[in-house]
Amino acid sequence: MSYLEYRIKTVPTGFRKLYYLNWPLLLLIISTAAVGVLMLYSVAGGSFSPWAGTQINRFAAFFVLMMFISMMPIWFWRNLSFIGYAVALVLLVLVEFIGTTGMGAQRWIDLGFMRLQPSELTKIGLVMMLAFYYDRLPLSKISHPLWVLFPIIIILVPTAMVLQQPDLGTALLLLATGGTMMFLAGVHWAYFATVVAGVIGLVASVFQSRGTSWQMLADYQFRRIDTFLNPASDPLGAGYHITQSKIALGSGGWTGRGYMQGTQSRLNFLPEKHTDFIFTTLAEELGFIGGISLLGMYLLILLFCLSSAWQNRDRFSSLLILGISMNFFLFFAVNMSMVMGLAPVVGVPLPLVSWGGSAMLVLMVGFGLIQSAHVHRPRAEK
Amino acid sequence: MKRLEDQIKHDRRRINRRSLLVGGAQLGFAGLLGWRMRYLQIEQADQYQLMAEENRINVRLLPPQRGEIYDRNGLIVAQNEPSYRITLVKELAGDVDEVLEKLVQLVPISDATLARARNELARSAPFLPVTIIDRVSWSDISKVAVNAPALPGVTPDVGMSRSYPFGENFAHVVGYVGPVSTRDLERRDDPDPLLRIPRFQIGKVGIESKYENQLRGRAGARRVEVNAVGRIMRELDRQEGQTGSTLQISTDTALQSYVQARLGQNSASAVVIDCTTGDILAIASSPGYDPNKFVRGISLKDYAELRDNERRPLASKSVQDAYPPGSTFKMITALAALEAGVISPNDTVKCRGHLEVSDRKFHCWKAGGHGNMNLEKSLRESCDVYYYELALKVGIEKISQMAKTFGIGVRHDVPLSAESKGLAPDKKWKLLNRGREWVIGDTVNASIGQGFVLCSPLQLAVMSARLATGKNIKPQLIKRVGADPISAPEAEPLPMSENNLRFIRRAMFEVSNNRRGTAFASRIATEEFRMAGKTGTSQVRNISEKERARGVTANEDLEWKRRDHALFLNFAPYDDPKIAVAVVVEHGGGGSKAAAPIARDITLQALYEGDPPLDAYPEEDRAKIARQQRELRKMQPDLSTARKGRA
Repeated sequence: MSYLEYRIKTVPTGFRKLYYLNWPLLLLIISTAAVGVLMLYSVAGGSFSPWAGTQINRFAAFFVLMMFISMMPIWFWRNLSFIGYAVALVLLVLVEFIGTTGMGAQRWIDLGFMRLQPSELTKIGLVMMLAFYYDRLPLSKISHPLWVLFPIIIILVPTAMVLQQPDLGTALLLLATGGTMMFLAGVHWAYFATVVAGVIGLVASVFQSRGTSWQMLADYQFRRIDTFLNPASDPLGAGYHITQSKIALGSGGWTGRGYMQGTQSRLNFLPEKHTDFIFTTLAEELGFIGGISLLGMYLLILLFCLSSAWQNRDRFSSLLILGISMNFFLFFAVNMSMVMGLAPVVGVPLPLVSWGGSAMLVLMVGFGLIQSAHVHRPRAEK
Repeated sequence: MKRLEDQIKHDRRRINRRSLLVGGAQLGFAGLLGWRMRYLQIEQADQYQLMAEENRINVRLLPPQRGEIYDRNGLIVAQNEPSYRITLVKELAGDVDEVLEKLVQLVPISDATLARARNELARSAPFLPVTIIDRVSWSDISKVAVNAPALPGVTPDVGMSRSYPFGENFAHVVGYVGPVSTRDLERRDDPDPLLRIPRFQIGKVGIESKYENQLRGRAGARRVEVNAVGRIMRELDRQEGQTGSTLQISTDTALQSYVQARLGQNSASAVVIDCTTGDILAIASSPGYDPNKFVRGISLKDYAELRDNERRPLASKSVQDAYPPGSTFKMITALAALEAGVISPNDTVKCRGHLEVSDRKFHCWKAGGHGNMNLEKSLRESCDVYYYELALKVGIEKISQMAKTFGIGVRHDVPLSAESKGLAPDKKWKLLNRGREWVIGDTVNASIGQGFVLCSPLQLAVMSARLATGKNIKPQLIKRVGADPISAPEAEPLPMSENNLRFIRRAMFEVSNNRRGTAFASRIATEEFRMAGKTGTSQVRNISEKERARGVTANEDLEWKRRDHALFLNFAPYDDPKIAVAVVVEHGGGGSKAAAPIARDITLQALYEGDPPLDAYPEEDRAKIARQQRELRKMQPDLSTARKGRA
């Protein structure tokens, strides 16, 4: 169903929109961000500088942006889908030329007040573009090979560019998000079965390629996989991150050492303790109870997104909400797997908690879109 | 239209169904995360808590103070001295080059030292102190201390370093310490973490090495909280180490210093044993060397000089070296024969200057022969032929047995490096080690302490003490470890007739008190201190028939290396033996000329506990002795100012 087919007059207008916001979701977002600020305060040894302070300011700014996006009708954003996708692609090209190199990859465009990672923006652009595509595509053509090929191209173009940076982690996330979107849109099972079989073949050939002239991954990527598979092999070298992370996490026990009492993070044993590895600080200081609570909050956010998607009879909105929530899920699932030694170290932050601008921007824009879709959902005629 | 609506409814249901599936998968993965969290934080918590503790807490060792060593009278012979060094902390210094430049103007630092320090500074963490220069004088340290404000990051630091106040006098007894080397680590198999400290000093030679475990003490530890780069955040607690045990050795510093001075630059060694207890009162080897040089790090040039000196200053000859005992062995042959009952003391043998045994001519040192000899005369005048005859009668097995009874070919286990076992050969030994049958000529040679027989100066002294007392005296060097006195085992009487021993002692008394005795010139004049002894001269070369025909070349005309070793052993006083002495002068010529006077002087010095009065000497020697005493006094340290440990 498209917005043209429902009555615009049943959609709330003006300040009444505030009343129709998904308030539980909003409150969950704010509390999760508060947890992040608390942890950043602790990691800095009980100080707002250098991280907690800027995080508050950033969150405030992006919160305003989120509210702005929520208030705009969802069809307005829908019509910008293609532009958003195109802008993301342009930025991905730009970052190749004016980007800043960090950790062996070209990823940032320095905007002065923040470092923008175009690959993060691409996540939103891709979800919007796919939702838009499947909204427009007649239902009967969804599984037609030609119309399956189009979204594949839509997914592969930014994925290839991100892989070029090289940022394997984000590229895989884009693939996973895009694939999920296609699955949700109703593409036939057989395609996915084929892809799964293909992926298994590809993984096998990637490992086969190691050390040959057609090596598919950079050496550092292979090393990351190695250390993931056996972190103890090099506890002070490449496996250091994972080993130290597990030590900090494991030493938390049931209730943790207490807020601001974590020794591992405060004594600098943990790398990236304020960004990708902040979960270890939380788990060390607040223990299993703290860690499982954060996981619970993330699941609640997912649940509210899912229920919002179910209530929404607009196809674009449903797909958008589900795609963004999938993206959100991938953030915390990959990050937590990484710090707990279940996945290789890839640069994925903990959503709403880690210090960092780009990820926060993408998340808040995403939640703004979800809220907008929620507020402006089609309602049954009275 | 209806069809479209159906399609839309069908699509809604599909989205809901598939999103439920995706949501379920997400929940499942979250469950996996939760399960993993539980595994790490609850099941493995203990292990990770331990690892976190190890991460955070660093144990820094506090090296203990090494135990001091003092002599029988409590004089310290190995001590710990404060040693000053200058350290620099990079992060406090700011401009390191500028600070170093200023430092060089205050304190003389060689370019090599400076280069090493710069190198170390570049490599180490900015907050760690790096030693710029070690063993700085007190005046240089005060200069640095006064100028501290101009030298940021520079700290004068004090550590402990081993020193040996009597220098070369105890070099061969106490030994020295040096920085632990990889070879030491391999050899010792010692888990003590102290040994991993760079440049930690351990005993290398002598008592310092043999009693290393007792002297070293136990490391203390400081538990500190560190961050990931090792910077100390705070000290958690501190456990003081345990100072190494002190050691009391049996030597008498005054006597030891005298002996070392008396041996002078001869390539010689001397051992003085307290006959009643077995205490080693002095054990010296010359030339000596300054052990302090080794502690400080000896220069290559100095080391090469010591190593290449033909008189081998580094060797502790009194225990490491074994010599053919020569005529000093004759008491053994005589006792073996007496005990076996193959001769009586008054049986005579006619010495014609040589004896033919299985077509070989064995010569006596006196070309014309001694004529009729009985036991006493033969020992007094050191007739060789008499002992050839005895040996033929008694056989090598009994002689070898007797030698072992007196400690030859037996390790005495004194805590000194590379103690020689000597050798009391028998038939089995030769077959095993030389792969040849024992021949009668070997027995003849062994009877006068030549051939295969080998004996260290310490063994000579022990033999002398055993002859003097008739007891199984064992040499003792350590009196006390920490608070525990080391008591010598009760000496057992030797398994032989006291009568036979008395004959031998009487004969030895004649050696130095009978006008015809070989050591008469080196007698003691004081009636109650008169000594019994035996000279020995052991050949280093073989004298061919041709040479003998030309007339044996006098020792003085040979090059030093080919001259005979001079040996002498004695005990005194004859009536009530208190001390036993052995002296070996390598390539010194004859025992009576080169070794006996030294032994006599040492004996008197020990009995009088200081310089003896001149009338203890035979009249004709007194003028010479007076001169000698004056000169030797200059070479001995002034003990009145020496530091005392425990009395």
